[in-house]
Amino acid sequence: MSDIKIKIRNLRKSFGSKHVLQGIDLDIPNGQSVAIIGASGTGKSVLLKCILGLIKPDSGSAMVEGIETVGASRRTREDVLRKFGMLFQAGALFDSLPVWENIMFRYRQKNPLSTAELRQIANETLADVLLEERVLDLYPAELSGGMQKRVGLARAIADKPGILFFDEPTSGLDPITSGVINRLIRNAVDRLGATAMTISHDMNSVREIADYVAMIHDGHIIWQGSVKEMEVVDHSVVHQFVNGLPTGPLTKYAESI
Amino acid sequence: MQVLQIPGRAALSMLAEIGRLSIFIGQALSWLVRPPWYGRQILRQMIDIGYYSLPVVGLTTMFSGMVIALQSYTGTERFSAEGETSVATVVVLIITRELGPVLAGLMVAGRIGAAMAAEIGTMRVTDQIDALDTLSTRPMQYLIAPRVIAGTICLPFLVLIGDIIGVFGGYVIAIYQLGFSPSVYLSGTMEFLEAFDVIIGLIKAAVFGFIVAIMGCYFGYHSGRGAEGVGRATTNAVVYSAILILIFDFMITGFAFVR
Repeated sequence: MSDIKIKIRNLRKSFGSKHVLQGIDLDIPNGQSVAIIGASGTGKSVLLKCILGLIKPDSGSAMVEGIETVGASRRTREDVLRKFGMLFQAGALFDSLPVWENIMFRYRQKNPLSTAELRQIANETLADVLLEERVLDLYPAELSGGMQKRVGLARAIADKPGILFFDEPTSGLDPITSGVINRLIRNAVDRLGATAMTISHDMNSVREIADYVAMIHDGHIIWQGSVKEMEVVDHSVVHQFVNGLPTGPLTKYAESI
Repeated sequence: MQVLQIPGRAALSMLAEIGRLSIFIGQALSWLVRPPWYGRQILRQMIDIGYYSLPVVGLTTMFSGMVIALQSYTGTERFSAEGETSVATVVVLIITRELGPVLAGLMVAGRIGAAMAAEIGTMRVTDQIDALDTLSTRPMQYLIAPRVIAGTICLPFLVLIGDIIGVFGGYVIAIYQLGFSPSVYLSGTMEFLEAFDVIIGLIKAAVFGFIVAIMGCYFGYHSGRGAEGVGRATTNAVVYSAILILIFDFMITGFAFVR
């Protein structure tokens, strides 16, 4: 099997006159954790949703384990999606279900176990994200933002998928909770041996979670390399973004979008 | 030419919306008959629509029955018609044929249609619908089909109970305020009532239940971003449900009763 888990070629997506993705080429190696960075509105989440088939790209190719997902049939897409676990930006937990049913939502479809057995597995998964058993019967509205993210992570890893996607995993969290989430994500990725893709503009998060980094700017991947290479990059746009400098080529761009 | 642009754009936009709605209805119908069926979701929706709507539908039909009894009594008095039997007949026919299904439909549109649009709209803006998709669950099958099934099944039962309560409301006014004889009033109720009247009322109710569920789901599913988008979806669900209920009421009445 190829060492490339996800292969994206010339992926394009426009919304009206706004050309968000203008030909994205990206390879995500098997078992590696890749972070996609870029300013707000540059299409990071759109790229992720195009790979998952939640948004239909205008053209291009997105292959997961050699299977084309762009224009794929419903059945093919569903088969591909079973390989994924996804942590959404706001958690996206189902309000009408308690925590344990949220965590076991997909697992119970494939494994028709008793409620007691499912609760036991949910409890073990909760322990992986450092949450106690008492959380099992709470509803999402009763959880703090950090707890919702952890339950979302538990749901993403419950049936041990081979690919994990994280969309802004630390947005809206305080630095301490962000640090905890970053560590949990890194541990989960390592433990599962999963291929991971993280969308973020939190550089602390990127440094902790990622092996490799790719930056989107103006609809293109303008730079990619290891986290170590990112720290000493001489590309002016990447340098400004990584170091959070107020002046530079990105400043005018950020004001224009 | 510019004068034609505004109505032209509005017409195109309306046609596009009708097209989207038709596709949505087609998809919803196709998922009604395909397994797996989410029994717990259907049951939950049935409790929401059927059980929790009972008080509001019961109150509405009861007071409507009372008002019809009073109004028909004053009306028949002017024409010197036989009050007792004609009041009973008017109450039962208007309730079963017309007001029972229409009032129940409108009340459920306000209560349930709005709630469906708000719930599904919130799920849309908080990525819960995308999450369903990534968790190998088809949103149309998990969210929409159970609501449409529950709406279409529950409303006829609600209307049947509402009909009984409405007729009872008329009975209470006739006996305790107008001084009619209970046995004469009851025989007047049963004498001119045909099973056909009740059945058409229940068919109307099933159609209205479908309309309320599908409009609530449609506007919620296509909700715009943010609180404003969800608010607009909720308003549209109620307004369009109410309009369609009245249009379909007219069509079914014309088809069933006008010969």
